Amino acid sequence: MNKIKAINDFVILFANINGSGSASANNLFAKAVFRLGIPVSAKNIFPSNIQGLPTWFEVRVSEKGYLGRREGYDFVVATNGQTIVKDYNELATGGYFFYDSSRRLPDHLQRDDITVIGIPLTNICNENYSDPRLRQIFKNIIYVGALAYLFEMDFSIFEESIKTQFAKKAKLIEPNINALRLGFDYAKEHFADACDLNIHRRDLNGDKIMIEGNTATGLGAVFAGVTVAGWYPITPSTSVIEAYEKYCRQYRVDETTGKNKFAIVQAEDELAAIGIVIGAAWNGARSFTATSGPGVSLMGEFLGLAYFAEIPVFLVDIQRSGPSTGMPTRTQQSDVLAAAYASHGDTKHVLLFPATPKECFDMTLIGLDLAERLQTPVMMMSDLDLGMNTHLCEKIEYDDHRVYDRGKVLDYEALEAKQERWGRYLDIDGDGIAYRTIPGTHPEKGAFFTRGSSHDEYAGYTEDGKIYAKGMQRLLKKFDTAKTLVPQAEIHRVKENNKLGIIYYGTSTYAGHEADDLLQEQGIHLDEMRIKAFPFGKEVEEFMQSHETIYVIEQNRDAQMKTLLVNEFQLDPKHLIPVLNIDGMPITAQYIADEINNHINPIQSKNQTLEVVS
Amino acid sequence: MSYIKSTFRHPSAKVNGLGFAKTAYEGALSTLCAGCGHDSISAAIIQSYFEMNIEPHKIAKISGIGCSSKTPTYFLGKAHGFNSVHGRMPSVATGANMANKELQYIGISGDGDTASIGMGQFAHVVRRNLNMIYIVMNNGCYGLTKGQDSATADIGSAGKKGVENQFAAIDLCQLALQLGAGYVARSFSGDKKQLIPLIKGAIEHQGFAFIDVISPCVTFNNVPTSTKGYEYVRDHLDATGTIDFVPERQELKIIHPEGTSKEVKLHDGSKLVLQKNTHDYDLSSKREAMGIIETVREQKKILTGLIYLHEDPQDTHKKINSVDKPLNSLTQNEVCPGNKVLDALNEGFR
Repeated sequence: MNKIKAINDFVILFANINGSGSASANNLFAKAVFRLGIPVSAKNIFPSNIQGLPTWFEVRVSEKGYLGRREGYDFVVATNGQTIVKDYNELATGGYFFYDSSRRLPDHLQRDDITVIGIPLTNICNENYSDPRLRQIFKNIIYVGALAYLFEMDFSIFEESIKTQFAKKAKLIEPNINALRLGFDYAKEHFADACDLNIHRRDLNGDKIMIEGNTATGLGAVFAGVTVAGWYPITPSTSVIEAYEKYCRQYRVDETTGKNKFAIVQAEDELAAIGIVIGAAWNGARSFTATSGPGVSLMGEFLGLAYFAEIPVFLVDIQRSGPSTGMPTRTQQSDVLAAAYASHGDTKHVLLFPATPKECFDMTLIGLDLAERLQTPVMMMSDLDLGMNTHLCEKIEYDDHRVYDRGKVLDYEALEAKQERWGRYLDIDGDGIAYRTIPGTHPEKGAFFTRGSSHDEYAGYTEDGKIYAKGMQRLLKKFDTAKTLVPQAEIHRVKENNKLGIIYYGTSTYAGHEADDLLQEQGIHLDEMRIKAFPFGKEVEEFMQSHETIYVIEQNRDAQMKTLLVNEFQLDPKHLIPVLNIDGMPITAQYIADEINNHINPIQSKNQTLEVVS
Repeated sequence: MSYIKSTFRHPSAKVNGLGFAKTAYEGALSTLCAGCGHDSISAAIIQSYFEMNIEPHKIAKISGIGCSSKTPTYFLGKAHGFNSVHGRMPSVATGANMANKELQYIGISGDGDTASIGMGQFAHVVRRNLNMIYIVMNNGCYGLTKGQDSATADIGSAGKKGVENQFAAIDLCQLALQLGAGYVARSFSGDKKQLIPLIKGAIEHQGFAFIDVISPCVTFNNVPTSTKGYEYVRDHLDATGTIDFVPERQELKIIHPEGTSKEVKLHDGSKLVLQKNTHDYDLSSKREAMGIIETVREQKKILTGLIYLHEDPQDTHKKINSVDKPLNSLTQNEVCPGNKVLDALNEGFR
């Protein structure tokens, strides 16, 4: 039998029971890889359940720095009897099956192409601990200790991690280290040469960090000066608000009075959540909400109001699998169209597509500036994978010289100085954006009536179709202005006059980028474009026009970004080839590379003159 | 619009304590049907804020959708207004109030806007004890879509089409009581004498103040068969007693004979003076307030006047412990922690 041999390049699957405390043990393991200086990605695949159902945790160790999901498991840690057969069967040929040998493996599990490593986790626990709770918790720590031995990991990293983790509960340090040691020693005694997968120290992570996208987003909202948050709990967005609250409690409590420089209102539903955001923004506070697809659907009517009445809104959409309740704990990029054109009537909204937690932080700052500059809803399209998994990324930085862009707001002095008649919806600069006023500013000037019904340039009610149409056209002009303000797409051209391109955005970036490398090895060279915002800027149009075949990588069924591109640029859809994954798991590089390969090869055989491959 | 409103006022016209004439509190000309009860309520709102000496631009008026929700255009023209979406005024008011606690908030809604589509938001804004006045202009029907029954229409009541309503009516005062509103009143658009002191009391009340104003729809629901028409309401009114609102600054001159009036002190020392009540009960007892609405209803009458008053100092801002300064006035330096904290934070993510 050929065992898989690898150093710093393999995938481990942990199969656990939800609510058994496995998450912290698995994170301990992933963090240890990170601290050994090797790029690592960890994905928690969890059920919509609090306790009892199966949950998996994938850890990809990649010295090359590939952080997307990779198919195939080289090593499985099976601690869940409910899924043991499935986990056993899914292990790659030559892989390693690690299980709790306190109970015998079912007789029919008879693969001869894998290495079985049985460690009696339950028995070890029962011998060493009498408290049932400790037995459960330490069972997880013991398998981490065993892995440390099997992968030849530097044990001191785990000791340090435990010390940091329990810095405030010092009495837990020793028992945890002992549990690690129990696993380590057992594996050393019984499986000395069993495993050819190793994790050896490198120095590849620099000053990078590991953080969840939602944590970075909540932190971003604190730095962006959000003072009002309206929200309604929904997976996978809840932890955005939790992070916002956590950091507000740290940085936004007045030292002398103990009072809060923030207001978080848990609303009765998503409709109220967005209503609160709109009311606060109308009244001059920076505000935001976080939700997921079902929430965006519910917020539709209000988003149309904010678009038409021109009120800043910053909304974070942590996308999950739809439609309807869908798979609420699985990822997707399937709200793109629903968000871009949210609400009835003619509407278009500004979207941002972060790919890393660092970008979640940065784009929250950018998004709040854009919302106030453009006086319109801005939605940051994150997803469950980015939001709820820890990702390796650049450290978070903030430029202290940065000044919030509060947009076109007339204060008391400006109103006082104003000679000509002010119109709330009167565009005097030609950029489609008019000046607004905040309630309570001036006793005589600047009051107006905000409404979702048709209005003239002075905010008066009108049913004059021409005036209405003029206002709607101005909103398009504003959308053109938005194109010059949103983050530009990242474009990487690999060779001159290349007619092949690939587009990805958000979390499809990880696998998309890796797929490019895989294809490059096969002689297929793709110019890359990562879209970061909608509306699309000139650079996006230029990329679309200068490539004949463009692969669009997405995690939805209907190729929503492709639809958006085709619609906005009036492109021939035939030139855009969708590569889609909708199983709720993050898309993989191998899948993308195979799809593109399959598409290119038939083209080549049919028409040799089309030099799409070089 | 049939005529242009004159802005001329006689030089000797009365001004209030701030030097404002009443015109400073007026709005655009109403486009509602002639004789609509809602216009009388608008007039009462104008009169109340004028007499209460409140700077007009320090008020924010927020509404939902419907005939009632159009009215904020017709009063307080110097104040910012927000005609939001159907049934969602409470959330917009909540957000606005969170942003700036120093403004006064008046929410205008209708029976459809509150008792049907906006029932959820109404319930929760009461629960939050948002510091605002919430007025329902209640005509028992959907005026703007031509007279369908609303959820406050009484069983057996029939509008212009003559079809009797088969469904139980929602009593918004009882609902507000149950949900914890601190100030609950009901009035009639045709009774300015009662309505103005009630609005003034609501302005002074700290926390959520609710006034259900029965306001007949002259076009679709003002027939003898309707229990929300002028005829029926006039015949079936049962007031809790006349109220005078006496601001702190004014010398108290009780016009009612001693022994027949009762004073209720508000937070700043202002007083509500209640003329002796036919149904004398403890105004701060939720149970008694609930009971009297029910008792009067059993007599086929409509109870109007101040029904319940109990100031809960814990409004939304106090509950969430926000700073005294309005949140919308905090500067970037006050809200942004700055790069200095990020070294330690980043270290925690390694």
